[in-house]
Amino acid sequence: MPSPRPGRQLVAAVRALLVATVVLGVGYPLAMTGIAQVIAPSAADGSLVSTADGTVVGSSLLGQGFVDADGAPLPQYFQSRPSASDWDGRASGGSNLGPNSAELADTVAQRRTAVAAFNGVPEADVPADAVTASASGLDPGISPAYAAIQVARVSRERGVPEAEVQQLVAAATTGRDLGFIGAPYVDVLELNLALDRELG
Amino acid sequence: MSGAAAGWLQVGLLVVALAVVHKPLGDWTARVFTSPAHWRAEKLVYRAVGVDPGSDQRWPVYLRSVLAVSVVGVLLLYLLQRVQGLLPLDNGMAPVEPSSAWNTAVSFVTNTNWQGYAGESTMGHLVQMAGLAVQNFVSAAVGLAVLAALVRGFVRQGTDRLGNAWVDITRSITRLLLPLAVVATVVMVLGGVVQNLHSGTDVTTLAGGSQFVPGGPVASQEAIKELGTNGGGFFNANSAHPFEGPTAWVSLFQVFLLLVIPFSLPRTFGRMVGDRKQGFAILGVMATLATISLTLMTVFQARAGGAATQLAGGALEGQEVRFGGPLSSLFATATTLTSTGAINTQHDSLTPLGGMVALFNMMLGEVAPGGVGSGLYGMLVLAVVAVFVAGLMVGRTPEYLGKKLGRREMTLASLYILTTPTIVLVGTAVAIGTAAGRAGMLNDGPHGLTEVLYAFTSAGNNNGSAFGGLSADTTFYNTALGLAMALGRFVPIVLVVALAGRLAEQGRTPVTAGTFPTHRPLFAGLLTAVVLVVVGLTYFPVLALGPLAEGLS
Repeated sequence: MPSPRPGRQLVAAVRALLVATVVLGVGYPLAMTGIAQVIAPSAADGSLVSTADGTVVGSSLLGQGFVDADGAPLPQYFQSRPSASDWDGRASGGSNLGPNSAELADTVAQRRTAVAAFNGVPEADVPADAVTASASGLDPGISPAYAAIQVARVSRERGVPEAEVQQLVAAATTGRDLGFIGAPYVDVLELNLALDRELG
Repeated sequence: MSGAAAGWLQVGLLVVALAVVHKPLGDWTARVFTSPAHWRAEKLVYRAVGVDPGSDQRWPVYLRSVLAVSVVGVLLLYLLQRVQGLLPLDNGMAPVEPSSAWNTAVSFVTNTNWQGYAGESTMGHLVQMAGLAVQNFVSAAVGLAVLAALVRGFVRQGTDRLGNAWVDITRSITRLLLPLAVVATVVMVLGGVVQNLHSGTDVTTLAGGSQFVPGGPVASQEAIKELGTNGGGFFNANSAHPFEGPTAWVSLFQVFLLLVIPFSLPRTFGRMVGDRKQGFAILGVMATLATISLTLMTVFQARAGGAATQLAGGALEGQEVRFGGPLSSLFATATTLTSTGAINTQHDSLTPLGGMVALFNMMLGEVAPGGVGSGLYGMLVLAVVAVFVAGLMVGRTPEYLGKKLGRREMTLASLYILTTPTIVLVGTAVAIGTAAGRAGMLNDGPHGLTEVLYAFTSAGNNNGSAFGGLSADTTFYNTALGLAMALGRFVPIVLVVALAGRLAEQGRTPVTAGTFPTHRPLFAGLLTAVVLVVVGLTYFPVLALGPLAEGLS
């Protein structure tokens, strides 16, 4: 029978947490890392992707900016969604602006004008994901609608037929998992890598 | 297929999965808390810890064991963060600043996992693994142990013994959380969640810029983060980060993980009290509240309320394209109905009424189904209140599961339901009344009040999700929210274990024609009403000033 002295429970607690730290804090994650590196090494290391010459340019899971040094969008590439954190891998997150925020409303209006002008489409054709920042700041995807309004501009810049660009968009599009989970999206980095690879 | 139809099919798949799993898992958990046999590995643990697994503890001793684990846990986690630079695998991170380290230590030990810091720029891998993830296991196990003690209080008669806290905590981990976490880790790694020990690499992007690609043992932490209804993300963006939530199906799997134990515990309860219908009635109440909540959230989000949302043409600010609206609504609902607080969408950018649903879910006390262990013990206290209300109506001494609910039992139950609202409302009032509190708001007007209210609701109820716009990594918020989390966790635990002690001391009152049956729809309806009325009336004024004012303006 345990003694009613409170100190005894504290000593047991210290020892229990030391055991937990070794087993759950070191043993468990290391064992899981070992298993992961065997069953799915590429995914466990972050689904890295590289160019045709083998240079690693990022992860197919992480969105990145296709912009020049001044932040201007590069017209030969499909553009990602806006990122509240400038696609910084050390500072993931969203804007956290509320649904009635005047600042957000202004930003959305400016983005809509800019995206419409950049792609040469009416403002009404610009979908919501093109003018809003994602939750992670690293969203790898855009909606098929946002990809669609970019096809003409990219093919014009690259001097290739729209049909060929459209084929690559289709190849980079992921439907709903099992047909009903989530939403369809186009992986922008995969798409742009394919553009460089297939269409120069 | 339309987006809405696909969205409801996702819910259907989730419901079927939970329905299939809750029976075997609930029965297994009942065995975990009743089996007389110890596993060999567990005996080794008891020897290392220096406790006698055969001893049956009186309720004050049981309580002291549970509290000792928590107090030592806070100290150890605080220390680890403060000295991380001296340890291996620190990834070059500086020691965590004291008020932030206190807040985080309390946060993870209380199963809240509120995060004032950004994981990828604050915590090295060792603190993530050996500090934070360990508490993900232990805090969930403490919740389960307290639940086991309360259920034994109903089952046992004429004794002052409630079981052994060390055995309950150990078995919760060895027989439930750890095996499930291993399976969940493997599934998530196959789904693309990262699991490595790299400190991350800087790559040159396709456009010639630079991007940091982080590394870390993410999947193993993600698994227990959801299973233990903890919610503290490896990265700042939590499960919205593509390395934590790479695809839609993985995100749906995470919703399943955070609901699976809480929704099977009513079955465990029914098994342990020897009447499965009692568990079924509780499950019915939880499922009803969850269904209402999810429906409201999905509808409000689809209607895209808010001037900026309307201008954008949809509620996509703070949302990931691959998840889409319905799955984001489902995750936001599930994470606030449990005590998880993980997110796959930014709650601050939810529509005004959608944000209110998330807030209200937590205000319900997280009982539908609530956190691991804590959800069901909260619901059982509310059941005691519901039986008492029914007793008042017919003028009989109320009884629940053969236990009379007298003055002392009702005092403890009443204190329980008053504790969290007091913490939340006083905390919010202090923050709004001080310059340090007001300084943290990102948005102004009613939405700013909602940010502060959300923070204290989340901390007081040990949820941990946030309206991320609030700058909470300040001395004021780290301290105040740390206090709210500690009080919101440990005051209820003290009351529940004391209540369990009182109940166990009683004999069993035989069922008579006048006993109010607590396994019928009438009781389930009454309990639902009690949950909604108690909470609704407490919080209605502040909800009217915050999200309602914003949503209806």
